[in-house]
Amino acid sequence: MKFGTEIVVLGFFAFAALVAAGFGVDGPFRQHMWVLFFALTGFTAILMRNTELKPVAPVDPSAYMDGPIRYGAVATMFWGVVGMLVGVVIALQLAYPDLNIQPWFNFGRLRPLHTSGVVFAFGGNALLCTSLYVVQRTCRARLFGGDLAWFVFWGYQLFIVMAATGYLLGITESREYAEPEWYVDLWLTIVWVAYLILFLGTILKRKEPHIYVANWFYLSFIVTIAMLHVVNNLSMPVSFLGSKSYSAFSGVQDALTQWWYGHNAVGFFLTAGFLGMMYYFVPKQANRPVYSYRLSIIHFWALIFLYIWAGPHHLHYTALPDWAQTLGMVFSIMLWMPSWGGMINGLMTLSGAWDKIRTDPIIRMMVAAIAFYGMSTFEGPVMAIKAVNSLSHYTDWTIGHVHSGALGWVGMISFGAIYYMVPKLWNRERLYSLRLVTWHFWLATLGIVVYAAAMWVSGIMQGLMWREYDEQGLLVYSFAETVAAMHPYYVMRAIGGAMYLSGALIMAWNIAMTILGYRREEQPMPGSVAGLRVARSGARR
Amino acid sequence: MDYNLMREFADSWGLVAMALFFVGAIAFALRPGSVELADEAARIPLQDE
Repeated sequence: MKFGTEIVVLGFFAFAALVAAGFGVDGPFRQHMWVLFFALTGFTAILMRNTELKPVAPVDPSAYMDGPIRYGAVATMFWGVVGMLVGVVIALQLAYPDLNIQPWFNFGRLRPLHTSGVVFAFGGNALLCTSLYVVQRTCRARLFGGDLAWFVFWGYQLFIVMAATGYLLGITESREYAEPEWYVDLWLTIVWVAYLILFLGTILKRKEPHIYVANWFYLSFIVTIAMLHVVNNLSMPVSFLGSKSYSAFSGVQDALTQWWYGHNAVGFFLTAGFLGMMYYFVPKQANRPVYSYRLSIIHFWALIFLYIWAGPHHLHYTALPDWAQTLGMVFSIMLWMPSWGGMINGLMTLSGAWDKIRTDPIIRMMVAAIAFYGMSTFEGPVMAIKAVNSLSHYTDWTIGHVHSGALGWVGMISFGAIYYMVPKLWNRERLYSLRLVTWHFWLATLGIVVYAAAMWVSGIMQGLMWREYDEQGLLVYSFAETVAAMHPYYVMRAIGGAMYLSGALIMAWNIAMTILGYRREEQPMPGSVAGLRVARSGARR
Repeated sequence: MDYNLMREFADSWGLVAMALFFVGAIAFALRPGSVELADEAARIPLQDE
């Protein structure tokens, strides 16, 4: 590869970043442009060093394009560990405020680094690489657009680096889960449209007549995130060489736009996308077709039609009109049906092969993920009911709920998919060690249990203390007293998070050794040897 | 096009159109003869490699 055009274009943008670093109107913007300059220059240098002038072998148009997927799997693992590590750090900062290091590493700046790190860097890379893996194999077609997949992969990593460094420099739009400022948003829009073209183009050139349901979920995720991102980030920069911009909306309209975005980021990024993952990797790992294909179609459309209205439940008892709050609550409750449709479909795929939960730790991980999906999508609608929300809102209960969904569902299903995919991508017979997967599973599961239980107790205690009146109608507790009462639970939460992180570190080791080609000599999992298994009379098919 | 016009469209024809689309999607998924096609589609991921 000669990379001629790439080097010229990157060099031009590196120069533009240098100019912006010189003429920027505010300090953080100039610093941010220096980051961009060094990132682009470094990448240009890498491309120059990898330039080879000998002619390249023509690509086989019938072979799958797995290069960007391999990079994506490694990036998923890397950003996952980084994002979870930052999570443990901010958990400790809440328990021990002395750990706030000013100004770059205080809680206010690290918190969006954690949320974006795990949602967009870890989850986003997991969705990116699995979607490209799945779409090729279910359409039986090579990725569309030649090197477009490489642009999407590296463009997305640049977005992550710019977003993360921006937070640390104090650049923020203050919109939850959409903190990056206008110029980073514009870049993500370009990358995301390229991703849509890449995915849709591959579907259009498919050789399989039917579009498999996993692709429907992935496509809905890509299309909806494009729409949400563009509308929520409509804003006017103060200067084209400055980091500050102002939203196109104001007041309660702005709040509703933000939570229309925020809840559908949960619905279409953290749910629809990962359901796409479930609908491919669970049948593959279990080696059985999905329980009911028709249920998957029905719950897909129900999810699409219901999720988009649920956002107002984030704004109960605010200036938002009552009818909109009630609408958000009612649609959240109706969401039980499609959510549980997905859960039942995923779990029942194992019907007749339940013994795999005992013998295959990867299946065990996927089943735990689906179980957590069912639990957190049950808890969510309960918390969206206004009477419950009056107790739960603004408390740690919300944090516990989010983490049972994020660590349990999103994390575990991604781990399962990566464990399945990596040996295939690198042509290894199996993982380095299945025993380590078991260790990962138990550390992660127990970590979530510790985390969620601590947050339930602390959140409900916090909510009850806030609303405790004495006989004269005065509040019994000051805010600082509620904070002090939560300290033990904050320590427990940090322990739970550290357990989850250590599981992820074990996984990173296991994945790295698998990629390097090592195989750990170990006892097979009990019951997994085919000859020893007793035929089950109740098994179907 | 002001708010009231959009609102009136949204809670009349817009609502009807979306409800019809949704009911149509369910009816299509459950139409007679879809079982075999669905079983076939469910096997797509298991046929490669």
